[in-house]
Amino acid sequence: MDKLNIQEKKVWDILENIMDPEIPVLSILDLGIVRKVEVEETSQMPPELNIKVFITPTYTGCPAMDFIESNIRQVLTENGFNNIEVIHVLSPAWTTDWMSDAGKQKLKAYGIAPPKLTQQVCLATTFSDEDDVECPQCHSHNTQLISRFGSTPCKALYKCNHCHEPFDYFKCH
Amino acid sequence: MNKNSEINTNNKNTFLTDYCLHLADNSLILAQRNSAWCGHGPILEQDIAITNISLDILGQARNFYQYTAEILNSSKNNSSAAVTEVTEDSLAFLRDNREFKNCLLVEQENGDWGKTILRQFLFSNYQYLLYLQLQNSADEKLAAIATKAIKEVTYHLKWSSEWVIRLGDGTEESHQRITQSIHELWPFTEEIFINAKYENELTEDKIAVDVSVLKDAWYKKTAAIFAEATLTIPENVFAQKGGKHGAHTEKLGYILAEMQFMQRAYPGCIW
Repeated sequence: MDKLNIQEKKVWDILENIMDPEIPVLSILDLGIVRKVEVEETSQMPPELNIKVFITPTYTGCPAMDFIESNIRQVLTENGFNNIEVIHVLSPAWTTDWMSDAGKQKLKAYGIAPPKLTQQVCLATTFSDEDDVECPQCHSHNTQLISRFGSTPCKALYKCNHCHEPFDYFKCH
Repeated sequence: MNKNSEINTNNKNTFLTDYCLHLADNSLILAQRNSAWCGHGPILEQDIAITNISLDILGQARNFYQYTAEILNSSKNNSSAAVTEVTEDSLAFLRDNREFKNCLLVEQENGDWGKTILRQFLFSNYQYLLYLQLQNSADEKLAAIATKAIKEVTYHLKWSSEWVIRLGDGTEESHQRITQSIHELWPFTEEIFINAKYENELTEDKIAVDVSVLKDAWYKKTAAIFAEATLTIPENVFAQKGGKHGAHTEKLGYILAEMQFMQRAYPGCIW
């Protein structure tokens, strides 16, 4: 591994510890928000490191993005990196397929039903079948959609007909 | 670059920024309208739904404004005069009534829940078809914004379609009320499908979507949902237009007065 690769690995390790502000059990890597890290040396002497972090929003209007950006800057600065650029990219569009398996497990343990393994994308057809979602508390599949829009853009509201607990479902996207 | 091609590039840029502003203004004004429901929705879940939709379309508006600002700032750098930098905020908060290019539909008043729902359905139905095409725009940035946003717009269309059916095919009162809203809003639907100059100029290069071709699919979907909702599409309605060129109904002034107040009274204030 050359010097730059080592630095890049270090940046990834740091990012692993930055949590999503709304779902604090998931890191921004678990969510698949960080798409790329580039580490370059400047031409001046002695050379300095330029860090570029490419992030993508989960939802277009996600208000957490500005917060995540400033978090990335702050934590990397604390770790001795100076020239940090955080670049927002829209394409390719984020999908729940990018959420890590570890992330899905952590979500479930936290009480939020993770997105289904097989991607079930929302269709415009009315009153169509809803995703069959397992209750994160009692694991019953006898659950019911309350609202397709939940406490954050990425979640829907469900209730369990078995244990009667309401829960959030991180919807497929 | 010779003088003629320079002028052409400038024109093209103006059409592109006008087009982006049109798309952004549509989303911003509707987001502003919907957000007035925050804390006033008929039940908590639907209050959350309409404000979630507001947030989604506000996000779209920000993307389009940021892109507009980027183009405007880079073309200014080429000229020698030092001008204040354009930002997404200056575009949203410091332009006046006549500079807004949103269609008239989105600026219409919220009315009751049924009217808000209907406005959302008429708009999402259009926006869904628009973004489906805009994903293939020759302009990469517009394509990326559309590809991202269409996933969200699908939810808006589904949700608002279901509500139109629920209210149309609900009680006598809900049926009568949403029928009234149809008569109030229908005159503002025609305008959406008439290409403005900036759209016409950009369709040849496959940057903008030719909105006139979306009309059939839009009408078909509207007719299908209305049929299920036992509602009727009005006929021989006089079409109101002008919003896409900056000639608005008196409603927009009130929206801007409220939305822009802080930045007008305390320029540059942040919190």
